[in-house]
Amino acid sequence: MAAIRRIFIANRGEIAVRIIRTCRELGVETVLGVSEADRDSLGAKLATRVVRIGPARATESYLRVGTVVEAARATGCDAVHPGYGFLSENRSLAEACHEYGLIFIGPDPANLAAVGDKLTARSHAEAAGVPLIPGGSVETLEEARRLSDKMGFPLLIKAVSGGGGRGMKQVRRADELEEQFSLAVSEATAAFGDGRVYMERFVEVGRHVEVQIISDGTSVLHAGERDCSIRRRYQKVVEEAPAPCLSEELRSGLHEAAVRFARHIGYRSIGTVEFLVDVERAEFYFLEMNARIQVEHPVTEAISGLDLVASQISIAEGKPLGFSQADIRLEGHAIECRLNAEDIHNDFRPAPGRVTLAWFPSLTALRVDTHLQPGAMIPPHYDSMIAKLIAFGESRDLAIETMEKALRVCALQGVKTNKALHKAIMADPRFRKGGVDTNYLGGLLPNLVIEEGSE
Amino acid sequence: MSGLNRSDIFEILSLVENSHFTELRIETGDLKIELRRDGAASSPSAFEPARDAAPAPVAVPKPAASVVAGECTAVPAPMLGIYYHAPKPGDAPFVKPGDVVSPETVIGIIEVMKLMNHVSAGVSGIVTEIVAPSGQLIEHGDPLIRVKVA
Repeated sequence: MAAIRRIFIANRGEIAVRIIRTCRELGVETVLGVSEADRDSLGAKLATRVVRIGPARATESYLRVGTVVEAARATGCDAVHPGYGFLSENRSLAEACHEYGLIFIGPDPANLAAVGDKLTARSHAEAAGVPLIPGGSVETLEEARRLSDKMGFPLLIKAVSGGGGRGMKQVRRADELEEQFSLAVSEATAAFGDGRVYMERFVEVGRHVEVQIISDGTSVLHAGERDCSIRRRYQKVVEEAPAPCLSEELRSGLHEAAVRFARHIGYRSIGTVEFLVDVERAEFYFLEMNARIQVEHPVTEAISGLDLVASQISIAEGKPLGFSQADIRLEGHAIECRLNAEDIHNDFRPAPGRVTLAWFPSLTALRVDTHLQPGAMIPPHYDSMIAKLIAFGESRDLAIETMEKALRVCALQGVKTNKALHKAIMADPRFRKGGVDTNYLGGLLPNLVIEEGSE
Repeated sequence: MSGLNRSDIFEILSLVENSHFTELRIETGDLKIELRRDGAASSPSAFEPARDAAPAPVAVPKPAASVVAGECTAVPAPMLGIYYHAPKPGDAPFVKPGDVVSPETVIGIIEVMKLMNHVSAGVSGIVTEIVAPSGQLIEHGDPLIRVKVA
């Protein structure tokens, strides 16, 4: 067991600031590696020490394993925190840390390998008895018929070599199967030179629900679930915990399956198991496991009182958790809105620039995770998320109320943001009812009257 | 308005950065873009005329940028790592004050995880000072040596 005294933070933006916050609480020193574009960032001002690791382009700075390890070693750090994105789930970094005697604050390379690609993760899920979306590869129409009898309609026929929706056919009824199957095979052959196809249950109404895992390798616990169904093109926009309008049976089933998966692969760190909840069938399927701290971790912290970054550090030190499942009490409701610098009137195009005003006054039950400060430059090189508002309430309604207040009060000037979109979502009756599916935002956008304004 | 948006422009920038071209000019509609790498003297370019914010992430700045003969310029570290003056301990340093360097002259080595990267001067002139100590961490952009430009 090695006590961590100085952490190298291999990340930027709000998550660098978030990690520094916990380190300051723990009395742990921080060294932040910054690109030339982030030299004046809030994280750079707050860290114990800053080193410039390269130019603005991430491939020459934040994504360089060698540079990160060299910088951590040369500045006397004993551990590396990778944050999310960038190198957070990079096996080479975890391995290089081990080789150079640095603690990687995350799971070990074997864990990363187990969840690193979808196929491996799926086979682990299968072995662990965690439900996967029904389906399988089919070579003949007869096989397709047999499989469809088992899994039902609607279903999708996908090209093995396909991607991005190409070579994909939806089959709604049994009498469509023959025609769609032969179409799918010939299209796959024409488009990819590979006629192999597989079938998969089509989930028309799905919700994205994920379970937070905390494991010291011996005791594998969960800290409830988060609902991340509100997304625009695979980008999460609003998250909440717990997932609203979910039967207790489904909820406990999700928790139990996530713990089973993490235990099966011997997971040790914090992590998240993602599921697709099939609303019409009241079933759920394993999607993947994320072996890192997630953007939306604050909603779990809000309802559990845990500090997930502190847990992550303590597990990395080799300490036992020191609490049991019964000690994790989930109370109240939390919602997170991701504020992005983007132009919602122009196809959500990223809108980098200089922030002239950033005012997030402290409101009761509001947490703001941000790296913004007046004068801050939002560089065009990285993702456009600039702040996360996290509202907490005893009930979901109260959390929404606090979020609406926060969106009215907080002031951000100099760059365009998606704040008006969040206001519209919070005011929308379907969202307020709770339990919307992943089609929700795509359907809401065209009908949305978003107020014009400088903010 | 031209068909180019911001992400197109960044895409173009990264294509140029990864190519062997040193200069690129694009004119489409009312938009005119001129790119030069390695600090070749740049005219006030038409890069995103309407914005004063985002500085263009053009190629890695090399010291050749706007250096004037007779003036002293610092050669910045192109990457973070451990800087060495000599090929190996006990050897003569790559350069010392008074030496004449050309852009290709190797002035030191930066070690990144056992990988040795040669650093070249990037400028012609006479070495006036060795700034960064040998065997120590240098950060991206730290001055390594000073050169009186020829």
